[in-house]
Amino acid sequence: MLNVGKIEEGFVLDHIQAGKSLSIYHQLGLDKLDNTVAIIKNARSGKSGKKDILKVECDIDTLNLDVLAFIDHNITVNVIRDGEIIEKRHLVLPEEIRNIIHCHNPRCITSIEQGLPHIFYLADENKEIYRCRYCDEKYRGRDGEL
Amino acid sequence: MKELRHLMTPLDFSVEELERLFDQAGEIERHLPDFAHMCDGRILATCFYEPSTRTRLSFETAMLRLGGKIIGFADASSSSASKGESVSDTIRVISCFADICAMRHPKEGAAMVAAGRSEIPVINAGDGGHEHPTQTLTDLLTIRSLYGKLSDFTIGLCGDLKFGRTVHSLIHALIRYQGVKFIFISPPELRVPDYITELLAEKGISYEEVIRLDDCLPDLDLLYMTRVQRERFFNEEDYVRLKDFYILDKDKLSRAKQDMHILHPLPRVNEIAVDVDDDPRAAYFPQVQYGLFVRMALIMTLLDMTDDHMNHGLLRW
Repeated sequence: MLNVGKIEEGFVLDHIQAGKSLSIYHQLGLDKLDNTVAIIKNARSGKSGKKDILKVECDIDTLNLDVLAFIDHNITVNVIRDGEIIEKRHLVLPEEIRNIIHCHNPRCITSIEQGLPHIFYLADENKEIYRCRYCDEKYRGRDGEL
Repeated sequence: MKELRHLMTPLDFSVEELERLFDQAGEIERHLPDFAHMCDGRILATCFYEPSTRTRLSFETAMLRLGGKIIGFADASSSSASKGESVSDTIRVISCFADICAMRHPKEGAAMVAAGRSEIPVINAGDGGHEHPTQTLTDLLTIRSLYGKLSDFTIGLCGDLKFGRTVHSLIHALIRYQGVKFIFISPPELRVPDYITELLAEKGISYEEVIRLDDCLPDLDLLYMTRVQRERFFNEEDYVRLKDFYILDKDKLSRAKQDMHILHPLPRVNEIAVDVDDDPRAAYFPQVQYGLFVRMALIMTLLDMTDDHMNHGLLRW
C-alpha cells in the first residue's frame, strides 16, 4: 500500500468520488497554487469501495466551498492544524452560485449579452439540480464541467 | 417610493395579486369608457426584437385604450440591436423616454436582464421558448370569466405538450388553485415533460395522459387546444397516423359537455375546424379580448395607478 505523509497545516478533501480528484483539482484552481498538493486516486474506502482524496497545504480560506459543494456536497473537508484534524466541515448546497459555471443553452441571453453574471439557483435540493437564472436550463454539479 | 415591479413569469404575482388584477380587468370589461383617460400622458414602449403581431397589437391597443401613447419597434432590424447594442443599454435608453416597456426577444431571459437595468416597469412579452406571462394571464382571466372560478374543474390540454410554452406556463399557474384536474392529450412524441408530471405527482395533483382527444372529451370542463406541428414528429408516417386525433371538429365536439369552453392561444391552423367557431363553446376569440383587458389591468397595476384612481372614485371595486 502506498503511504502519503501527513500535512501540518491545510485541509484534506475526503470521500471524493473515485476518479474525480483531478478534475476537482483544476476546478478549485489548486493547479494555480505553489503549495504542496497530494492527489490520491482509488484509495480503499469502507463506504464506497474506492475513493479519491486531495491533501492541500494551504489556508482553508483559499478554498471556495460553494464550488466544492456544487460539484459534490458529499465530500468531507478536514481542516488540519499542527498535523491534527481540528475541524470537519460538511458541505451544503449553496442556494445560488455566481460565475462558477456558464450556461450552455444557445438560446439563453447570456450567449449574446456581454458582462452578465452567470447565476444559477438551487431548484431541487434532493436531486441537486440547479437552473440558470435567465433561461431555467438545468445543471447538476456532478454531471457537468465547470 | 414604491418598489419598481416587473412581470417576468406568471408566478411573479401571488394568487391574491392575480385576483386583484382579474377584478380590475373585469371592471375594465364592464366599464371600458371609464378607463379612456387613465394613462393620459403616459408612454408605453413596445420593444419587439422579433415579430409578433397579435401580442404587440394587444399591448399597443391596451395603452391606447387607457389614453396613453406608444413608441417602439416591431423587429430587431429597426432597432439599435442591429448595430450590436446590448439589451441592458437599450432599456436604459428606453427608460429615458417611456413610463413602461413591453419587451419580446428571441433569447431566453432577455426581459429579465432588461428588468435588472431598467428605471421603468418591464413586462416580458415573450422570451424565446421560455416564458410568455401575459398569455398565461389571458388564459387565467378567460377561464375565470367564463367558468366563474379558477378551481374545481377538469382541463384537457391537447396537442404539442412538449414544446408548447403556453401549456407549461398555464400548468404552473393552475397548480396554485384547488381541485384542478389535468388531462394531457398528445402523441407520445409530444408528451408533457417529465419535470411537470413529477411536480404534479409531488403535489398530489391528479392528472391523466391520453393519446386520443375522443377518449376524454366527455369529461372536460375546459379544453385548451394547441397546434401539432408536422416538424415535431420523428417521421412522416407517425404524423399522418396521429394528426387527426388532435383536430377538433363539430363531430368530435358533439361528445363534449354542453357547457365546456374551448381555448386556444392562437394562431390556429387546422387543429380546430372552422365549423366549430360558431359553437357557443368556442372561446378562443373572446380569449383575445380578455387578453386586451388583462394587459390594460397589468399596465395600470405596474404603473401603480389603481390606488390613485380608487381614491378619486373612478374605479368601482
